[in-house]
Amino acid sequence: MCNCIDIQKVDSIVERIGKDPTKAIPVLQAVQKEFRYVPLEVIERIAQTTEMTESQLYGVATFFTQFRLEPVGEKIIKVCHGTACHVGGAEGLTEALEARLGIKDGENTPDMKYTLESVACVGCCSLAPVVMVDEKTYGSLDRKKAAKIIDDLEKAGETG
Amino acid sequence: MSANKKTIVVGMSTCNVAAGADEVLKIIQNRVNAGLDVNLSITGCLGMCYCEPQVKVLDEDGREHLYIKVDAGRMEKILTDHVEGGEPQVKWTLDFAEAIGKQRRIVLANCGKIDPEKLDDYLARDGYKALGKVLKDNQPEAVIQEVQDSGLRGRGGGGFSTGLKWRFAFNNKADKKYVVCNADEGDPGAFMDRTTLESDPHAVLEGMAIGAFATGADEAYVYCRAEYPLAIKRLNRAIAQAEEKGYLGKNIFGTGFNFEVHVKEGAGAFVCGEETALLASIEGRRGMPTIRPPFPAESGLFGKPTTINNVETWANVPWIVRHGAQAFAAYGTEKSKGTKVFALAGKIKHGGLVEVPMGITLDEIIHDVGGGTGTNRQVKAVQMGGPSGGCVPRELFHTRIDYDEVTRTGAIMGSGGMVVMDETTCMVDVARYFLDFTQLESCGKCTFCRIGTTRMLEILTRICDGKGVPEDIDILEDLAEQIKTTSLCGLGQTAPNPVLTTLRYFRNEYEEHIFDKKCRAGKCRNLCTFEINDKCVGCTLCARNCPMDCITGKSKEQHFIQQDKCIRCGVCRDVCKFDAVTVK
Repeated sequence: MCNCIDIQKVDSIVERIGKDPTKAIPVLQAVQKEFRYVPLEVIERIAQTTEMTESQLYGVATFFTQFRLEPVGEKIIKVCHGTACHVGGAEGLTEALEARLGIKDGENTPDMKYTLESVACVGCCSLAPVVMVDEKTYGSLDRKKAAKIIDDLEKAGETG
Repeated sequence: MSANKKTIVVGMSTCNVAAGADEVLKIIQNRVNAGLDVNLSITGCLGMCYCEPQVKVLDEDGREHLYIKVDAGRMEKILTDHVEGGEPQVKWTLDFAEAIGKQRRIVLANCGKIDPEKLDDYLARDGYKALGKVLKDNQPEAVIQEVQDSGLRGRGGGGFSTGLKWRFAFNNKADKKYVVCNADEGDPGAFMDRTTLESDPHAVLEGMAIGAFATGADEAYVYCRAEYPLAIKRLNRAIAQAEEKGYLGKNIFGTGFNFEVHVKEGAGAFVCGEETALLASIEGRRGMPTIRPPFPAESGLFGKPTTINNVETWANVPWIVRHGAQAFAAYGTEKSKGTKVFALAGKIKHGGLVEVPMGITLDEIIHDVGGGTGTNRQVKAVQMGGPSGGCVPRELFHTRIDYDEVTRTGAIMGSGGMVVMDETTCMVDVARYFLDFTQLESCGKCTFCRIGTTRMLEILTRICDGKGVPEDIDILEDLAEQIKTTSLCGLGQTAPNPVLTTLRYFRNEYEEHIFDKKCRAGKCRNLCTFEINDKCVGCTLCARNCPMDCITGKSKEQHFIQQDKCIRCGVCRDVCKFDAVTVK
């Protein structure tokens, strides 16, 4: 991974959203949108340039599940583990995707193409069990259909 | 819209889109671009998620045809044969009134009826009339009395009188007050608030404006999960439209009343459903609850009096103002008035959103409204209230939807998640699932919640793994009691409920796991084996679906599972149409 964080981007986020401590969550959300995770160097920079402290920012970033402190793959495969999905066999989907991608839940593939993640309810319970990739939801899955999502993504990647 | 041509309305909620509505919309747009002369618009969720995507076609004479499970092929045919050819394809339509059956819609009244991205659609259905009336009358206390008389109670799960909550905020004199909408719908298995915000955002905003006027607030926050991007988008759009037309913002209806609404994206923490934690999060801090009193009505957001209600509660308010407290109180039981929205999911035929009058029984919801499991398996229990709730067994399905009656079963009304479970659901595993959730989401402030839930999870995991010991049940009950009494907030106080209710109603399953090393549901892998019985007709479906390829047998002959390779995933049982796979 590249260690060079574009500090200017951080500064412009802070300019846009605000410097007072009530803006900690929106600022970190914008940072994650920009860099796809929250690099520690960015937390240091924000603390230097705003009224927020490193401890507040780090505290918030580690408290809320949305924030990631490690880089992620290009595509995040989110397996829903809400109640309806659990009852519908979400565990099996995670297993099938682990086998297909050759990684464990929560890991990135070595080529940084995919990250496999378990998430709490995404609110599409009537289609359970579901998997979300970016904004797209795949519903009524079983093990085979779950593994096929990756096949389809690979194909789309080759042609697109 | 022109009345001399047909109108096509496509359901475009998250659930519709997930089912493929995007593609259907594109097909229609392509045909419109190619010269098809129709009015085309979108709407939210009709609540019937089990048969999405849905498309409505309105004939020139106003007749409505609701098409269900519309895929690309069906859509092309509907366009050609019905829209162009004038022949409705009745085999794919659903009678909406019949499908609604015993439901009564107040909160969901506009869902699936209006375009949530158009203010005019909302106005055409009496939108912002309630706010206009309240501002014209200029009697805040009368509004509070009306809401109190209606009997509306907090729909987020707490069940506290909404009118009383408003009165507390009203009575606290301050230079600045806030109202907050809790849209941090964190219960797994619940999607009522998402749908309401996606399908009728103005109703929530109007309710908040009325509440703000009544309590003396002029600024508001909607705290919405970041996982609901479409809801956030439509909410922001609704705010901008309403401000532009003077229904929100400065000097509303020329009365001098100002009301500004901000949307705050939550960052994912179940504990933020707790009001003090939610406020901390809006202020930019870790979402940890604080001791009450002071209650938010006295010292809330930025230390100012604050009224917090959930999405569904706010959405009820305009209806109450328009129709009066008596009309609302006409529905329900003595202490639970109005309607309640539930998200039906799990092993249920007609899953989706339903809104029923209070006082209806669980049996009516699950069997009459939801259509039962839709398979030959029986319903075993229904989980209500998510991680804070519990499992109500079939024997108690005569229980009425009423805050106090549901509480007596050990479950809670909750925000409205209802996950139906059948014989393939292991109740010990369900308890383990919820404890896994709460121990992850515990903020860590109270020791018993932080460590107690972890210990309970360890015990439940060990029971599911077949390593349970006889003392485990007693330890679970002891820990549950301690966690309930020593936790500061609702998360900890209710975290043991899933364990306590399953112990109360399904104790035999715990005992079977511990003493007989057996899981009758076929869920806990160390405690079961699958076998194919003589009902097998040799259709080969199980063999083709087995992820381990460990089912052998010739076509039209009884099949056989190689136990040494079997991972006990249960796929063969799920796909079998002949009830030929047994759990041993």
